[in-house]
Amino acid sequence: MTGSPPPGGPGCGGGDGAGPAHDPGGVEPGEVSAAIADAHRREWAFVLAATARVAGDLDLAEECVQDAYAAALTAWTRQGVPRNTGAWLTTAARRRAIDAKRRDAVLRAKLPLLIEPDPPVASSAPPGAGTGEGDEVIPDDRLRLIFTCCHPALAREAQVALTLRLVCGLTTVEIAQAFLVSEPTMAARVTRAKKKISGARIAYRVPGPAELPDRLDAVLTVVHLLYTTGHTAPGGDNLVRADLVDRAIALARMLRTLMPDEREVAGLLALILLTDARRATRADARGRLLLLEEQDRSQWDRAVVAEGTALVPWALRGGGPGRFALQAAIAALHAEAPSYAETDWPQIVALYDALLRVWSSPVVALNRAVAVAMALGPAAGLAQIGELEADGRLGAYRYLPAAKADLLRRLGQREAAAQAYRAALALTDNAAEREFLARRLTEVTGTLS
Amino acid sequence: MAEYLILIFEDENAYATATPDVLQQVMEAHTRFAEQVPQKGGKIVEGRALQPTPTATTIRGDVVTDGPFIETKEAVGGYYLIEARDLDQALDIAKLCPARFGGVEVRPIMVFG
Repeated sequence: MTGSPPPGGPGCGGGDGAGPAHDPGGVEPGEVSAAIADAHRREWAFVLAATARVAGDLDLAEECVQDAYAAALTAWTRQGVPRNTGAWLTTAARRRAIDAKRRDAVLRAKLPLLIEPDPPVASSAPPGAGTGEGDEVIPDDRLRLIFTCCHPALAREAQVALTLRLVCGLTTVEIAQAFLVSEPTMAARVTRAKKKISGARIAYRVPGPAELPDRLDAVLTVVHLLYTTGHTAPGGDNLVRADLVDRAIALARMLRTLMPDEREVAGLLALILLTDARRATRADARGRLLLLEEQDRSQWDRAVVAEGTALVPWALRGGGPGRFALQAAIAALHAEAPSYAETDWPQIVALYDALLRVWSSPVVALNRAVAVAMALGPAAGLAQIGELEADGRLGAYRYLPAAKADLLRRLGQREAAAQAYRAALALTDNAAEREFLARRLTEVTGTLS
Repeated sequence: MAEYLILIFEDENAYATATPDVLQQVMEAHTRFAEQVPQKGGKIVEGRALQPTPTATTIRGDVVTDGPFIETKEAVGGYYLIEARDLDQALDIAKLCPARFGGVEVRPIMVFG
């Protein structure tokens, strides 16, 4: 935490990147900690990604970035909060990394991260810039970082943990809490994944065009998984774990900024926004889960819906849309419908057909069955669900008996419905969802004669 | 460059019952693989096939027993030691490695300081 002088302080000539934004005399302690918290949330990925390139090792990079954030508290209190906090932190962290490598040359050189050189244009400073320290153009390595975290040679749960830890800057304790595992378990998972990155030489790079579609799909899957985990916590009492949801949205926005030409990135952001626009209406005042048809549509966040909807045509353009674009298109139809009954169900069924062609998943087939029930009646939906039950892949999937129960209830087959509600309850840990199912079960059994 | 071992796991029974024609195809596939590796930017350091597991002998402590260390339907039947730039290139190469009766496992060779 000592050593290199902080860059971009008042004594450095106040370059346009990292000069002080405030009169050093007037910095409130609360202002500094707020600035650091803000920089942690916004700049962590950028700072770590740029430091990893210099450190050549993710552990060392993390250590140096943590030190830089700690050093910022003292430095910014004394000298004022720099205008470009990310550049200040990156320069500080990179200096620490260079010092540490010098001190520890043998140890650190053993298993370096494999970093491909940038194309010349990306690493050279634009004309007229870069006069003082802290003004250097730091390449944006956030894509390298997230593609490394989501490498297919890592297990999905490791990809998720590494993304939260390295890209979002969450602590192991926070990640463990989010996924309901013990801290030592999560720590071991993160350590194992980092060891595999260095031991198996997983490169710190954005994949080339040939691999990109598959590799990008893994990244998008991880971000979507973070969102859905936050959105429906598997075993917790809160239906929405707001922090994970916010992190997922921030990641999707980051990817959209960094990969503006990728349709599926636009599709993922649209899907997340359109789902999240309904966040406030997913449960009632007592925390009870509300179905789409019960939700108060006037409470949906129209600005977020508009933002998500505007991305959909773009994500669908050019033919052969991907799975996130199609799911976003379905979510947009729901968001625009005046009511559940007045939703364009035939169009939704058609979109699910297209989705099944690119993503043959029994969960998609189940959602399609629900849409079929709305377009053609509960009996038609029930027939589809029967096929899925015979298929067997959704044996432990709680939404299968829940959907079946709902259609049976609509058809007035109360005893069969009650049986299906009980099956769904047996598979559900989430308190809000359990309460919903129990309520429906009481409804159908209460009217049994 | 780093070294990786491609371990070929296959169903031995499938080989035991394979027709000469199939065995010929397997041999040709391995010859083709040897040609493809340099095209992918890697290098084969060594590649060997092993006698099947009934010929294996296992030693634990000083107890010698007949048979493989672990009895599995798919056993290691051969390997390639390759050189590759990184895991992506190694996987790119390993995807081409013939293993019609099973699959392959890629392991980085440990480097001691």
